[in-house]
Amino acid sequence: MAASPAYGEEKGGSSSLGEPEYGHDPASGGIFSSDYKRHDDLKEMLDSNKDSLKLEAMKRIVAMIARGKNASDLFPAVVKNVACKNIEVKKLVYVYLVRYAEEQQDLALLSISTFQRGLKVSWSEDPGEVWRSTEPPTAAASHMSPQDPNQLIRASALRVLSSIRVPIIVPIMMLAIKEAASDMSPYVRKTAAHAIPKLYSLDSDQKDQLIEVIEKLLADKTTLVAGSVVMAFEEVCPERIDLIHKNYRKLCNLLIDVEEWGQVVIINMLTRYARTQFLSPNQNESLLEENTEKAFYGSEEEDAKDAKAEAASLAKRKPYVMDPDHRLLLRNTKPLLQSRNAAVVMAVAQLYFHLAPKAEVGVIAKALVRLLRSHSEVQYVVLQNVATMSIKRRGMFEPYLKSFYIRSTDPTQIKILKLEVLTNLANETNISTILREFQTYIRSMDKDFVAATIQAIGRCATNIGKVRDTCLNGLVQLLSNRDELVVAESVVVIKKLLQMQPAQHSEIIKHMAKLTDNIQVPMARASILWLIGEYCEHVPKIAPDVLRKMAKSFTNEEDIVKLQVINLAAKLYLTNSKQSKLLTQYVLNLAKYDQNYDIRDRARFIRQLIVPTEKSGALNKYAKKLFLAQKPAPILESSFKDRDHFQLGSLSHLLNAKAVGYQELPDWPDEAPDPSVRNVEVCGAPWVHGGGGAKVPEWTKCTSREKRKEKVEKPFYSDSEGESGPTESADSEPESGSEENSSSSSSGSSSSGTEEEEEEEEEDSGEQSEDKEEEEEEEKRPKRKDKEGSHKAVLGRVGSPSEEEEEEEGAKKSKKKVLQGRKGRAETSSEASTSESSSSGSDSGSEAEAKQRKAPPSSKASSKEISLLDLDDFTPPPPQPIPSSSIISTSLVTDLEGLTLTDTSLTPTLLSPAFSAVKTYELLHRMAGEGLAVEYCFSRRPFPGDPHMVAVQIQISNNTDTEVKNLRVNEPKPLSGMRIQEFPEIEHLAPGDTASVVMGIDFCDSTQAANFQLCTHTRQFYVSIQPPVGELMAPVFMSENEFKKEQGKLMGMSEITEKLVLPEKCRSDHTIVQQVTSAANVGRVPCGASNEYRFAAKTVTSGSLVLITLEWREGSMAQLTINSEKMVIGTMLVKDIIQALTQ
Amino acid sequence: MIHSLFLINSSGDIFLEKHWKSVVSRSVCDYFFEAQERASEAENVPPVIPTPHHYLLSVYRHKIFFVAVIQSEVPPLFVIEFLHRVVDTFQDYFGVCSEVIIKDNVVVVYEVLEEMLDNGFPLATESNILKELIKPPTILRTVVNTITGSTNVGDQLPTGQLSVVPWRRTGVKYTNNEAYFDVIEEIDAIIDKSGSTITAEIQGVIDACVKLTGMPDLTLSFMNPRLLDDVSFHPCVRFKRWESERILSFIPPDGNFRLLSYHVSAQNLVAIPVYVKHNISFRDSSSLGRFEITVGPKQTMGKTVEGVMVTSQMPKSVLNMTLTPSQGTHVFDPVTKLLSWDVGKINPQKLPSLKGSVSLQAGTSKPDENPTINLQFKIQQLAISGLKVNRLDMYGEKYKPFKGIKYMTKAGKFQVRT
Repeated sequence: MAASPAYGEEKGGSSSLGEPEYGHDPASGGIFSSDYKRHDDLKEMLDSNKDSLKLEAMKRIVAMIARGKNASDLFPAVVKNVACKNIEVKKLVYVYLVRYAEEQQDLALLSISTFQRGLKVSWSEDPGEVWRSTEPPTAAASHMSPQDPNQLIRASALRVLSSIRVPIIVPIMMLAIKEAASDMSPYVRKTAAHAIPKLYSLDSDQKDQLIEVIEKLLADKTTLVAGSVVMAFEEVCPERIDLIHKNYRKLCNLLIDVEEWGQVVIINMLTRYARTQFLSPNQNESLLEENTEKAFYGSEEEDAKDAKAEAASLAKRKPYVMDPDHRLLLRNTKPLLQSRNAAVVMAVAQLYFHLAPKAEVGVIAKALVRLLRSHSEVQYVVLQNVATMSIKRRGMFEPYLKSFYIRSTDPTQIKILKLEVLTNLANETNISTILREFQTYIRSMDKDFVAATIQAIGRCATNIGKVRDTCLNGLVQLLSNRDELVVAESVVVIKKLLQMQPAQHSEIIKHMAKLTDNIQVPMARASILWLIGEYCEHVPKIAPDVLRKMAKSFTNEEDIVKLQVINLAAKLYLTNSKQSKLLTQYVLNLAKYDQNYDIRDRARFIRQLIVPTEKSGALNKYAKKLFLAQKPAPILESSFKDRDHFQLGSLSHLLNAKAVGYQELPDWPDEAPDPSVRNVEVCGAPWVHGGGGAKVPEWTKCTSREKRKEKVEKPFYSDSEGESGPTESADSEPESGSEENSSSSSSGSSSSGTEEEEEEEEEDSGEQSEDKEEEEEEEKRPKRKDKEGSHKAVLGRVGSPSEEEEEEEGAKKSKKKVLQGRKGRAETSSEASTSESSSSGSDSGSEAEAKQRKAPPSSKASSKEISLLDLDDFTPPPPQPIPSSSIISTSLVTDLEGLTLTDTSLTPTLLSPAFSAVKTYELLHRMAGEGLAVEYCFSRRPFPGDPHMVAVQIQISNNTDTEVKNLRVNEPKPLSGMRIQEFPEIEHLAPGDTASVVMGIDFCDSTQAANFQLCTHTRQFYVSIQPPVGELMAPVFMSENEFKKEQGKLMGMSEITEKLVLPEKCRSDHTIVQQVTSAANVGRVPCGASNEYRFAAKTVTSGSLVLITLEWREGSMAQLTINSEKMVIGTMLVKDIIQALTQ
Repeated sequence: MIHSLFLINSSGDIFLEKHWKSVVSRSVCDYFFEAQERASEAENVPPVIPTPHHYLLSVYRHKIFFVAVIQSEVPPLFVIEFLHRVVDTFQDYFGVCSEVIIKDNVVVVYEVLEEMLDNGFPLATESNILKELIKPPTILRTVVNTITGSTNVGDQLPTGQLSVVPWRRTGVKYTNNEAYFDVIEEIDAIIDKSGSTITAEIQGVIDACVKLTGMPDLTLSFMNPRLLDDVSFHPCVRFKRWESERILSFIPPDGNFRLLSYHVSAQNLVAIPVYVKHNISFRDSSSLGRFEITVGPKQTMGKTVEGVMVTSQMPKSVLNMTLTPSQGTHVFDPVTKLLSWDVGKINPQKLPSLKGSVSLQAGTSKPDENPTINLQFKIQQLAISGLKVNRLDMYGEKYKPFKGIKYMTKAGKFQVRT
């Protein structure tokens, strides 16, 4: 993407393009022929030589895609332009390609090479070379501009390549990703991280390999990569939580500087991680939950009190100490509550909700309430989460009660959610205000909302006993409301409330009985009937009358009402059979012939139950108990209850159902797992990026320190003060001075902060080097700490290290002293500069000095130190742990070799090409050839006529009983580029005779078959020779040093590494060499190490080097590495050799 | 992450689709249409709709539904926030975001979408960066391109993503270096029948327009930073500096951006600059009602209240209104039952009022709800919370920029219950 410069489409320009196009739109024309016609002219435009025509065509095609029109038939015409020079055309072609490649896989393959080229762009120019070579990195390398366009081209190529969903190219994608993952540029590595899930979705078999790449990228220390790789981790292997250990602290520390989308993904992942690794901070509080809940979010005093109370009561239990890493996470995510991005705020909020000790969760409320000002969709999601949180932690949102008040302009769904929250927040102290609010809501025009309000009132009434009567009275008043919906809803709610204490409310029941004449809403009618039936003893006079009325209208009622009529009749029959016997029978008879079988069944059942007959036995006696049993009052509770078992802020939580791919939020462990897994090894391998935190490798520390020291020394403050002097004008007012002066103590300490940060920016803009970026990230952390520290220690102590640092730094005393001194000096100079800006001169002097001081050690230091330095500061991680370790060992070997061994002194068994057993292949079977049998083999001798041809020895035997004449090759039909040198015509071949001839074929370094005709005087046979990949090369002989040098040039994409297990019989030097040489026409290269075998060859046509290294590790393990710029050959050769070795 | 995006207009046509992974058939939108039908109004369409194989997350802005299709678990706010960012970007590019504009610029739109997501994961969402990748259309460039027939391919590669300051492009140059800051405060309030305040709070933002050469480093300080109760920052603001010193220190993005939004808590007493006297009554017996409202200034710190606009949603049973305003113009739409009165400036000597009668549908009983009154107004040169910028300093560059600051107070969601 980034590869192409910006371009855009003009309003006017596009409308001139766009209009005719819309005119042509098949949707408007609706005729197929015109559609075809149009595509024809698009094809013509694409085939033209003019970029402007191509561009116009592509714009029209993209517009078609955008509108969902099918443009797939243009594929061949479009894909031709993939290599177009015009960058705008090219980008649109990419867009097209990504859209349709899946449908046209074969054709899409044609374009692959373009991206491959892009990926490999100018390796030699790449600064990556510098550190791969043995030379120490020079200053030039570290100052390479990040604007190096190559990385943008590489990234863009990888992005498109990985977006083409064609399974055939999976291996190529895999290689490209691996390569890009160790690219110099963090931007390319980011793209690699993006490509991982793409490949995974295409072919999930690659998981293991992808996890390796993820593991490596997780160790990356740039903020650019962090978000993307965690996203890949979440999509590919969210269960591999163990990969996070080593990177945990680094991720925590980088978090604030990661781009916002990455922050969301990282925070969500870390929430899950923390749940598996730390102990619940609330485990001890659970005992006290009830009594502390309310006080918790009050004042700090109260918190302290609670803490004491807990401490006292929990003296017996093991005291809980929060893991410092747990604390680190909480501390580093908190500032993100201030993010402008709602998703980030939500992510932090859920992290605090799930991970923080109760006393600290309160901080998220304010931020969440702030989000309520945002778009209604954001409000919707936030309110859902607030609703869940407010059930568990009511106190948290209580201060913000008024923020949930409802406006008439809110959309209904928002209103209902706010209502939910208000209801959750209601308690004895605020219920009166809430009820007053509810009263206004009931008069709203939005009836759905009114109904919800009535339900909310019902819930408040059940939860808070004190207001139950008030609510009930209010609801009863609503029964006289004009709106039927309101009345119906009230009835339903009243019914539920009455169930709690029916005895006192016979008046209300009577009132409701009167309503049966007016209310038509079935649910409400049913509720009233149920109430009367249930409490018929409280209203003995009215109940039979209601039944009478209902019997009259029975046939016109809804089913749900009918059922309740039957119910009422049954209950009345049992309690008051004298008055209601006939009515009941009438109703039951009506029900018997009802259309609904439910009602018929119910009637039959009830008749049997209540009317005593001879048949109905024991059950009859219990009928009364059955019908008039005490029913438990319904519990009105929030639908958000217990939703918090889903991770808050997740889709699953919102839907209250597990969404695809949802990762359960694990429960806290009972025992904390070993916290040391997160320690980053102090003297570990250099490619482990010291993420920061407490256990940074020492050398990382001091190098970054050194840098900083240098920075601090620059007289930034005075400079800028001098500059900014004149700039402060317009809006600065005289009063400001006094305020500043009064706070001078704090500004003193702040100056160091400013200084550093300004410094950094200034330097960056100066150099713009890529490593800067990384370095900066690394620096920010300590700096922040610094700032905290300096904040604590006012003025005089600023220069001295804070305690934290002291702990961390440990041994590095001497360096530190220097640092301290310098820092102090810098400090004083900056201080002085606040009063007199003239001191800038001397300061810049010290800056120069610092630079001088810094320069020599970096160039002179011993080689080992350099490698550390360079890994830390200048370069991205080395490609792979394995190669890098082998680099070290081989370089050692090289050195040794230089001392003791010469190339000649090593006398390897130089293998003649004829050494290995020659395999023969059949060209023409005896039967097919009607007696003529032809076999061929690769003689591995150079073809005399043309060095670019592979010599193929052909053996023809005549098994017929007649002479074969004029045997020759005819009409060779080589594929493009392939050449065939025919063998001279064989004039006679007597019966039983055998002739051997040699022909040369230039296979163009591909394993495509060479097709030709073999003619005799009577017949012609179509035959083809397909070379094994190993025969496409000729051995070359080189020294070990040469080999290594060449190998160094063929790293990365050109390197293919595979592990294998050597079988028992194949573990001797001899067999290994034999097997390899039989598989491929290669020459052995001398090698110093006993367990390594090297072979080299050149492809016959293009003369590209093919370097084979076989490293035999302990036991049967071995690793095969092939370096060749011909990737295809490399891949196939690996396969062939492994087959040869393991068979 | 985000699989596909469909843009749907209010009449239910899908007029643009973009897929970041394999293609999802547009028939998936049928579920959306179903939900749309169920919801009476556009804003009531649920933002998250589950379907058997996908989830549809949508936002509704500028009469367009932006429907994202996702296939697996993802934080819903992530998608919603992103969709809003897309709309903001379109607005930034084309001035307005409408169906016509999107159709006119379909290729640019498509390109922008392509850059914003990679495999459904956000890639470049900073408008500074996007504008470097894909130039927004301008009139000048349009003219030049129509004449010369050239394309507007930039000759430099975008660097923002790679620079240390990801939100700012490098090599910015201006002849006039200027930095403007607008402090805009909105009052959200609910006033009850009797005129007392139920809830009131101030939401403020500082919008900046910074056109400065090079890599300036700005520091903005306030006279009374403690007023700010809750703040959220543009990513460029250094949080630690704010924490420790209450100073905004940042390297600004180029052009327009929102530096800060803040909240002045409800605990502080909020001055309500206007009051509304109302007398709305419907009589049960007759089909006529009385309607009378007067708007007056309350606590305006001596500034004029202008741009006053009163809107009110009348009950359904209102047939028509016969009103006479003392100033401004009023409209009553008998279909939507929306009354709006454009008042203009409030003159404290002669308070604007709107009086008249309401005719109700004959035969219906009087509506039991009274309409709420929504108020809009503006006060120039005043930040109602009293927030004041102290000074703005620039470091890192040598020139002297022109600086300006403007204050304004507006009504946010200002509602009077009657």
